[in-house]
Amino acid sequence: MKNKSLISITDYSKEEYLRILSLAEEFEKEPNQRIAEGKVVASLFFEPSTRTRLSFESAINRLGAKVVGFADTNTSSGTKGESMVDTIKTVSCYVDLIVMRHSLEGAARLASEVASVPIINGGDGSNQHPTQCLLDLYSIKKTQGTLDNLDIALVGDLKYGRTIHSLAIAMSNFNTTFHLVSPESLKLPSSVKMYIKERNLKYYQYTEIQDAVDKVDILYMSRVQRERFLDIQDYEKVKNSCILDKSLLASVKSSMKVLHPLPRVNEININVDSTPYAYYFQQAKNGVFVRQALIALILGLK
Amino acid sequence: MSKKELIVSAIQNGTVIDHIAADKLFQVIKILNLEICSNQILFGTNLESKKLGKKAIIKIQNKYFEKQEISKITIVAPTASLIMIKDYEVIEKVNLSLPHTIEGIVKCFNPKCITNHETVLQKFTVLNNSPNDNIRLFCHYCEKITKEDYLTFL
Repeated sequence: MKNKSLISITDYSKEEYLRILSLAEEFEKEPNQRIAEGKVVASLFFEPSTRTRLSFESAINRLGAKVVGFADTNTSSGTKGESMVDTIKTVSCYVDLIVMRHSLEGAARLASEVASVPIINGGDGSNQHPTQCLLDLYSIKKTQGTLDNLDIALVGDLKYGRTIHSLAIAMSNFNTTFHLVSPESLKLPSSVKMYIKERNLKYYQYTEIQDAVDKVDILYMSRVQRERFLDIQDYEKVKNSCILDKSLLASVKSSMKVLHPLPRVNEININVDSTPYAYYFQQAKNGVFVRQALIALILGLK
Repeated sequence: MSKKELIVSAIQNGTVIDHIAADKLFQVIKILNLEICSNQILFGTNLESKKLGKKAIIKIQNKYFEKQEISKITIVAPTASLIMIKDYEVIEKVNLSLPHTIEGIVKCFNPKCITNHETVLQKFTVLNNSPNDNIRLFCHYCEKITKEDYLTFL
């Protein structure tokens, strides 16, 4: 994996994901391993993000490497009209690895083609967010003991939700049965469904969360955003169909866990937080270990 | 000699695009900018065809297509064949077939795709299994699928 960019979850093989996940376990046991001392990593956030950026920068710091970069484009050369390609080519000269987020889809792929150092995609518009996917896989494996043969519900905005897309694609390697819960207008797009179909995996579609919740090992929640609806009345009609409340958890599997990429708004009632099923905050913590593992492997340190 | 052969051989020099699916004729005319082409052009549509049911044909006097133009025809009318004629003789016949990838011909339909904002060669993987299906192009960059209805040529 040395010097291999991670742009889309399909860039890495199943074996490579598993290698990252097992190394992440080592970092969870001992997070402060300063094996990257002397390395410099660029953190280029062309689009602002708190969670992902801090998680990456925490991972880089815990590895003992230094971070350079910017957290929004107001401070970058973008305001002077420089193209992204030129920014990436220039920054490549200064660092050993680039972590980037951009609002345009395909930006990280293009960056990986012009950069002289590897790129980790920290999110490109509604397209891919592979490290979120890796931490989701890690969280699933940690809570269920395996990634194989699970029943997973994906809930909410399945049409635009990039974490949903990446997770569906990655889990299609593990003989998953998918339970897809969304409003009619926000169903999983065919470009993602094709991965499930290619492997002849079972999938079921629902519009109400209660129809799926008792059948699954993992309930992966995402937000249905008002701005995705052209008509506000359409939003009002469906907004409660993908909201999780404690009352819906009465007869779920005892080992079931609720995941969410965060930030949450109202799609998980806070009364779920105190149940043994809630796992979304531990999930966020796992992000640091997974990113440490990924960076260590790409820099060739493990 | 059949009437059809007479029409084809009636071009002294130029190109015949044969075996176009009948419903794709006007799209082919459009992408090749034949509306503003001053050469002599003949076309026929809803002609009987064993292979296609109904086919269309275009004959253009004194015109040989560039590689880029041929690629465009391939995407819109993958069943077509190109017959190049010189002095009433067929000098070359090419049966088109959909390529696995295409570069620099079609624009990604996604307004948020990086290729619509930075100077970069557009690259797609052709997802169709059969030339008779509507074209579906997977963008190498944004990973979205451009379908036939949204096809825009560069």
